[in-house]
Amino acid sequence: MNAETPDRARHAHHATPGAEHGERVGVYVCHCGHNIANTVAVEEVAEWAGQQPNVIVARDYKFMCSSLGQELIEQDIQQLGLNRVVVAACSPHMHEKTFRTACQRAGLNPYLFEMANIREMGSWATDDREAATQKAKAQVKGAVDRAVRQQPLEPLYVDINPNTLVVGGGIAGLTAALELANAGYHVYLVERDSSIGGHMAKLDKTFPTLDCAACILTPKMVDVANHPNITLLTWSEVLSVHGYVGNFTVRVRKKARFINEELCTGCGTCVEKCPVRIIDQNFEVGLGYRKAVYRNFPQAVPKYPVIDTEHCTFFQRGKCRACEIVCPTDAIDFNQKDTFVDLEVGNIILATGYEQFDARRVSQYGYGRLANVFTSMEFERMVNAAGPTAGRVVLRDGVTVPRRVGIIHCVGSRDKNHHEYCSRACCMAALKFAHLVHERVPEAEVFNFYIDIRASGKHYEEFYHRVLAEGTHFIRGRVAEVTDAARGPGEEGQLIIQVEDTLIGKQRRIPVDMVILMAGMESRKDARQVAALFGLGCDYDGWFTERHAKLDPVVTMTEGILVAGACQGPKAIPESVAQGSAAAARVAGMIGQRVMKMEPVRASIDASSCSGCRICNNLCPYHAITFHEDRKVSEVITALCQGCGACVAACPSAAISGAHFTRDQVLAQIEGILWDARQPEVLWLEPQ
Amino acid sequence: MRYGYYPGCSLERNAGAYHTSLMAVAAQLGVEFAEVDDWNCCGATEFIAVNRLRAYALVSRNLALAARQTNGSNGAARGQLVAPCSACFLNLSKVDHYLSESPALTNDVNNALAAGGLSYEPGSLRVRHLLDVMVNDVGYERVAATVRRPLRGLRVAPYYGCLVVRPGFRERFDDPEYPTSLDRLMRTLGATVVDFPLKAHCCGGHMTQISRDVALELIRRLLKNAADYQADMIVTLCPMCQLNLDAFQESVNSMFGTEYRIPILFFTQLMGLAFGLPPAAVGIGKEFIDARPALARIGAAPPAEAEAAPKRKPRRNDQSLPLPQMPEEE
Amino acid sequence: MATSASLSRTSDFFREVVAEAPVDPRLEACLQCGTCGGSCPSGPDMDHTPRALFAMIAAGMRDAVLRSNTPWYCVSCYYCMERCPQEIRITDVMYTLKRMAIKAGYSAQTSAPRAPGFAQTFVDHVENYGRSFELGLITRYYLSHRPLDALKMAPLGMGLLKRKRLDLSPRPIRQIDQLKAILDRAREIDAAAQLT
Ligand SMILES: Cc1cc2nc3c(=O)[nH]c(=O)nc-3n(C[C@H](O)[C@H](O)[C@H](O)COP(=O)(O)OP(=O)(O)OC[C@H]3O[C@@H](n4cnc5c(N)ncnc54)[C@H](O)[C@@H]3O)c2cc1C
Ligand code: SF4
Ligand code: SF4
Ligand code: SF4
Ligand code: SF4
Ligand code: SF4
Ligand code: SF4
Repeated sequence: MNAETPDRARHAHHATPGAEHGERVGVYVCHCGHNIANTVAVEEVAEWAGQQPNVIVARDYKFMCSSLGQELIEQDIQQLGLNRVVVAACSPHMHEKTFRTACQRAGLNPYLFEMANIREMGSWATDDREAATQKAKAQVKGAVDRAVRQQPLEPLYVDINPNTLVVGGGIAGLTAALELANAGYHVYLVERDSSIGGHMAKLDKTFPTLDCAACILTPKMVDVANHPNITLLTWSEVLSVHGYVGNFTVRVRKKARFINEELCTGCGTCVEKCPVRIIDQNFEVGLGYRKAVYRNFPQAVPKYPVIDTEHCTFFQRGKCRACEIVCPTDAIDFNQKDTFVDLEVGNIILATGYEQFDARRVSQYGYGRLANVFTSMEFERMVNAAGPTAGRVVLRDGVTVPRRVGIIHCVGSRDKNHHEYCSRACCMAALKFAHLVHERVPEAEVFNFYIDIRASGKHYEEFYHRVLAEGTHFIRGRVAEVTDAARGPGEEGQLIIQVEDTLIGKQRRIPVDMVILMAGMESRKDARQVAALFGLGCDYDGWFTERHAKLDPVVTMTEGILVAGACQGPKAIPESVAQGSAAAARVAGMIGQRVMKMEPVRASIDASSCSGCRICNNLCPYHAITFHEDRKVSEVITALCQGCGACVAACPSAAISGAHFTRDQVLAQIEGILWDARQPEVLWLEPQ
Repeated sequence: MRYGYYPGCSLERNAGAYHTSLMAVAAQLGVEFAEVDDWNCCGATEFIAVNRLRAYALVSRNLALAARQTNGSNGAARGQLVAPCSACFLNLSKVDHYLSESPALTNDVNNALAAGGLSYEPGSLRVRHLLDVMVNDVGYERVAATVRRPLRGLRVAPYYGCLVVRPGFRERFDDPEYPTSLDRLMRTLGATVVDFPLKAHCCGGHMTQISRDVALELIRRLLKNAADYQADMIVTLCPMCQLNLDAFQESVNSMFGTEYRIPILFFTQLMGLAFGLPPAAVGIGKEFIDARPALARIGAAPPAEAEAAPKRKPRRNDQSLPLPQMPEEE
Repeated sequence: MATSASLSRTSDFFREVVAEAPVDPRLEACLQCGTCGGSCPSGPDMDHTPRALFAMIAAGMRDAVLRSNTPWYCVSCYYCMERCPQEIRITDVMYTLKRMAIKAGYSAQTSAPRAPGFAQTFVDHVENYGRSFELGLITRYYLSHRPLDALKMAPLGMGLLKRKRLDLSPRPIRQIDQLKAILDRAREIDAAAQLT
């Protein structure tokens, strides 16, 4: 090693400002029961930490987050005069708040506390005890070196706007909107489709109780439409979101319906007389037809139709206007334009739901190729009394009643070629279908092909038993293929389901007339764009990421943005409703506080160092940086800043620093983590 | 267009018609196939069943020779190696893929190759099947422009078999369950393509040597399916498929009491005929089931009996429900 | 992915199969869903479906697995591997089991007694000439393994000869010595690692 090599790690030992200023650090290494202690030698880490500069006391303890663990910290602060605290335990997401509060109780500013995550980033990541212990030491060292440089900070307070935006009018969004409205708060409900109701509006009956979806959903839809505290914006989309928790500004585009809502009575004459009939790929999922001026279904809310300009003869060829002629109230307005609305809200609940997996992608099941292979949503529309067949169970020819029906589970789900996860609702929907076939076609036989029956909800298992008792056949095996290629006379003219019956270990070919594919749920195609618009995260599969899967399932990492329903992951109606209510309760709680305490972790710009290059201006995802033309410097608007640090890293003049993430603090932590790293073998050539 | 060419053992003799026709067609299309010098057998499906590393070394010798011969030629850093036989294509691309995945295996293989003064860097060659090159590099348009004698009136069942579409390690160019590229190529030649649900099912492979009964049943299913849809012939792209369906057709007939007489040709033979080449120039006459009666139908009046063939789309009436939309609907 | 720790929890036989496979077959991920058994064209003729065989491997039923005809009836159609929801390399496992059965001396006792002989004859030809030689392969295989069936194959052989689709003598590659050196080295490497 060259003598000139800047030996930072070593220098740090002697030249800590802590030593100068006399910072007194307490280190606490948590066992987390066996979670950490099984892989990390916690006693060794604590003992070693005790020998580090500035460390006054170092202890290990079974559960630091327990009240006894917290008391340990409080006592040491008071008795040993600690002025910095480091806990080496789980993720700060779990317990940073817990320990900060403990510090505060003992009179220490909470921002003088630092956490080292030796569980998720250590003991859970490896089986190698030695490596995990070594890494834990490095993390503790980094945390200590950083803590001594931390400054006391005071939280920021912001007012909370009591209005709430709910995006998505499926059952989850409707529930959230109604709960908040009933609590006396104003709600804006933005729905992209022409009617609210989401997927549930397409269903016939709902498992496990078999109540009719419309009977339980329509009253809620009507309540939403009539509620004085709800502003319903259908056929609308959110364009932009600015601001921060408590104070969001949202721009919404209301697409032109070409119907004047003030005049329209919803009589439906225009729909009846419109000469253009096309296949409805949206609400009827391709199984039925609609007109160019249409409503999804007769009980649609709101009751106003929309004109589909892509298919309307007038919009395409300038002729027709039949609807205009027949409308008794002159409500048709071909000149209507999109309008824009700006909303001020304090919180936003996303309830944008799911899409169905495209069954064509599992080509061995023949959907699209074999006429009598149906998707589950097609079947749902077929059994619906208001659907294309008025509830008759028939083959694609519209008349033949099937005698043998095969229901294939896990289409696109539990399959690494498509989605690895289980879609959760389809087993139960498949059982529901078996029951409905038996009900509508008593002489029919139904075969369910499954890997496992997932019936883990209240009354779900009992429903499975009921379907078993109805004489449905259950064959355990994931279907290999559906074919119309007959091998012999017994198979001619039928669909053959080829499967291994795994319970008897034999390959079977089961002839049926109709196949129903239980296509799973997947995230919406635009989920990532929507997530980016609202500033929240998506997981690998495109589901919105909650703050904590178990303890905080409806709140996201972005303050003021919440999620509910199937947009967060596959789920059935009961859980979607529970989440909608939970999200509403969280928002109501927040509004009740009127003001909100916010982390003081913010960026600030040192005007004297700012060169006015404006690089940071467009980088800030929260539009928190303004530029003063007169003085040619940028400034951070503290209330808007979320402390993401993007500008701090980007500023070429090093003029921006983030409170709690200063350059000094971050570099000290990095050097601490690398305390035992080998010096890079670089030859530093001194300039002559 | 210049490619390294790995004919494989079958094309040397039993599938000589494939080799002759593909060379004739390539000449018409201006594609050059340069045979890999001194290539060896790819091991078919048998070698790997007996030896592990030897099987991988056997295939790798070909990859090493081909890389040396084609890489850098024509300015392309990464040479392309074309195999007309599905089994050869699979073995070459699978070995390349597994070597890339496992450094340990690559190490062992290169140790073995070193004994012969060779080495191979995984991923340095692009291994492709002949059909892929014909439809994606040459392209349907160029093929269409070369057609002189469209195969009008000929009902063909396009048969892909297994290994060209499955498991598709590197060069997946078609659906593994319901491929359509050969269908479109046949239509480009002017032929009528019949629905053939079993188009990617197994021809039995070497099962003919292991359990004749099992193999003959697999062959029977394919023949029955093609007959159900009233195909005049089955077109193949693999020598093993051709041999099994052609040479064992009589055995199937005697075992099951059927009377199938469905000629089995290579797709390049039909391309050659459509390009106006004489039958002898594309190896017609080497098949067990004589193709001439079927070929005589080209240009003749449209067959009336086709009416009886099952239709995929059911007959429509006023109450019919709409069929699902398919993206590539013609 | 099988880690050393997770593998240590599997049966001895399971570990043996994984070690013999050319790349990680990911067998531990099997859901027992039966897609493989349902897809297999030879499924009805096998002693055990591929799925059942994997359960037997997990259970350490070495003899029963290696005596089964299942691997020998695999026609390498790759349907199972394409469709397996866990991306298990089923076809490669079948090859691996064939090798293990030959090594363990069980192959002749399976209910597919002809298969190993055919594969071995094929390999011998390739090792001697560098290319497969169908006439030699078929005659040697039938005469040494199935003399009674040789007659059944005669019309096929004649048919191929008549259509000039069969060579009368093998066509060895030019650098057969190079190939032999490579294969010998490969054999030594495998032997050193006690693999086949
Ligand atoms: C075949 C089938 C049968 C089922 N049967 C049952 C059953 O019997 N019982 C049961 O409990 N569950 C059942 N389910 C599950 C049920 O459909 C879901 O649990 C439920 O619909 C989820 O509701 P949601 O509000 O979260 O989402 P969705 O119903 O998908 O609603 C989301 C709404 O948001 C709107 N939206 C989306 N993106 C935007 C955007 N960017 N801007 C504005 N609006 C947007 C959509 O238009 C939609 O209206 C079934 C599912 C399937 C596939
Ligand atoms: S103008 Fe358009 S929407 Fe109105 S009736 Fe004619 S086609 Fe239908
Ligand atoms: S006819 Fe007029 S009033 Fe009636 S639904 Fe249509 S637009 Fe509304
Ligand atoms: S709920 Fe049932 S059908 Fe749906 S993915 Fe899960 S196991 Fe499969
Ligand atoms: S840290 Fe910088 S970039 Fe990030 S929110 Fe604050 S001002 Fe914007
Ligand atoms: S398909 Fe895959 S997961 Fe299913 S039983 Fe076979 S090996 Fe196991
Ligand atoms: S690859 Fe083998 S085991 Fe798999 S389905 Fe085909 S024949 Fe059966």
